[in-house]
Amino acid sequence: MTAVARTRERSGDERLVGAAGEPRDARLYRRMRFIRRFEETVLALFEEGVLNGTTHACVGQEADAVGLMEHLRDGDHLFSNHRCHGHFLAWTGDAFGLLAEIMGKPAGLCAGIGGSQHICAPGFKSNGVQGGIVPAAAGIALAERLRGSDGLSVVFLGDGTLGEGLVYETLNLMALWQLPLLVVLEDNGWSQSTPRSLNLAGDIGARFTAFGLPVVEVETTDVLEVDAAAAEAVALCRASCGPGVLVIHTYRLCHHSKNDDNRPIEEVRARWACDPLAVHGIRVAPDDRAAIEREVEEALRDCVTRVRQL
Amino acid sequence: MIYARALGDALRHALESDPRVVLLGEDILDPYGGAFKVTRGLSTDFPARVRATPVSEAAIAGVSAGLALAGFRPISEVMFGDFLTLCFDQIVNHIAKYAPMYDGAATCPVVIRTPSGGGRGYGPTHSQSLEKHFLGVPHLRVVAASLWHDPVALFEGFLANDSPVLQIEHKLLYPLHVAAGGNGAGVAAIGEDGSPGLPPTVSIRPVAREECSLSVVAYGYQAELARRLLERLAVEEELFAELLVPAQLSPIDWAPLERSVTATGALLTVEEGTGGWSWGTEVAAGLGSRLFGRLRRAPAVLASASDVIPSAPDREAEMLVGERQIEIAVREAAVPA
Repeated sequence: MTAVARTRERSGDERLVGAAGEPRDARLYRRMRFIRRFEETVLALFEEGVLNGTTHACVGQEADAVGLMEHLRDGDHLFSNHRCHGHFLAWTGDAFGLLAEIMGKPAGLCAGIGGSQHICAPGFKSNGVQGGIVPAAAGIALAERLRGSDGLSVVFLGDGTLGEGLVYETLNLMALWQLPLLVVLEDNGWSQSTPRSLNLAGDIGARFTAFGLPVVEVETTDVLEVDAAAAEAVALCRASCGPGVLVIHTYRLCHHSKNDDNRPIEEVRARWACDPLAVHGIRVAPDDRAAIEREVEEALRDCVTRVRQL
Repeated sequence: MIYARALGDALRHALESDPRVVLLGEDILDPYGGAFKVTRGLSTDFPARVRATPVSEAAIAGVSAGLALAGFRPISEVMFGDFLTLCFDQIVNHIAKYAPMYDGAATCPVVIRTPSGGGRGYGPTHSQSLEKHFLGVPHLRVVAASLWHDPVALFEGFLANDSPVLQIEHKLLYPLHVAAGGNGAGVAAIGEDGSPGLPPTVSIRPVAREECSLSVVAYGYQAELARRLLERLAVEEELFAELLVPAQLSPIDWAPLERSVTATGALLTVEEGTGGWSWGTEVAAGLGSRLFGRLRRAPAVLASASDVIPSAPDREAEMLVGERQIEIAVREAAVPA
């Protein structure tokens, strides 16, 4: 808990990311609300038939990116996966660039070539092939080391990706070379349609400690608990200029991609009690909360209107 | 100077002239200096930028991708070309994709070099020429080392360009003397042709192009085998053929090939990889289509049998394309149909 939370300067709309000086609880709530409503908006646009392809929403996991981003700063680099919208929005706030990209517009982040899973922005990249981004993030960390800069490379993976062999090649390398790389593992319990019990042997944290990597592990959807764990993990990396692992056991409240949820309905319903927006929302005064929700709604509506006009 | 040494000097030159260059690979540190000794001496002089890796080919490729995305110029060694299979996802879905799928917002100029090919009795998994599986991957350049292409110039070209490159180096080239610069090709005249920005296609011919009855296109070690054979046939039998040696296999620089085959009217491609779906079939199809009315006979393609490479030397020689197989193919292709 040594790191001081820093707010990155963002390019996004203040209604989505918060004005400078907004109290922390309100800011965290606003950003989670922003990501939630962005994902729901994208899904609605799919239903409407104005989007094609695929998307992987992070509904239920918003606290991970928002809590972590409190501790990252300019000069750091994030590498994300197929479920990258929340990470990207928490880092940049750029709803317009991402929505334009997903809607295949030339004004999108990658001119519509990348789409939902393959995006690039300053300090941020994503790719949709499981595990393959992990060594790339290690390479970026090695670049930071060779340059003598103090940037931290961060890579996001899910529990399903622990099936990929290249992850373990990279864990070995990052530990061996003590690279400034933070692995953020979001364990949402389900790898697409397959429960963790059918996918993973042994213990998740032990996979990392076997390589001598320091692990901070938390089971929560509370953004303040994620924030605290992220503070600890990031501080470890910064102090040693070396590697670290943050394991967050969370839950995906939405389907894997689109209309492909065959998980037990009671299980998902029970998990809505831990909806990160509800868990944290009670910390924000009802009037403030309503104002935030209204602002997010307006900003996203403006964003959709602008993108539709492209 | 032998090719392995010239290549090592090229890597040294790259490290000296460009601080962004980083070498990664298995067992590349001194005193061992790499399985084929190409990197000998470099880790001593550039300890921070010459790094030995664990036995993790996919991670070598992946870490190289990250270095390149972050502005460095990794030149990574995969110890045997056979192990490129372990890098396939990184090359196809990551390294070659980043720049185009991000619409140029990032570049990923990774160079991967790998010793390939047979003739050493290393058997089924240490002798292959697997480059055909990488030909045609969009935005990936596949280049083959040859005795006529100066490695210093090739690597300067790689570093001046943002495209990822896979360089194939036939193992049997390492102990041979380089011929770049004009020597080593006996009585034949050596010329260069090619499109701007691409490594040249080398032309070796005993007489004027118009007097040649065949264009033989070959790369890597096969080009040296073809060179020896064609020189003998020219001297002993006045059977004249032009040998074309491209460095870049994919994408193909068609212009120099087209000019030669237009003049000779016949084509033979030679490669050591297994036959079918190969570099030669692509060259033959392309030139057959472009020069349909001008060919005196159907393009001929020589490649190795579609089989596993045996360890036993006599059986390996029987299976892989060698001088004997090239001679049979040249004699057949040079005769007007």
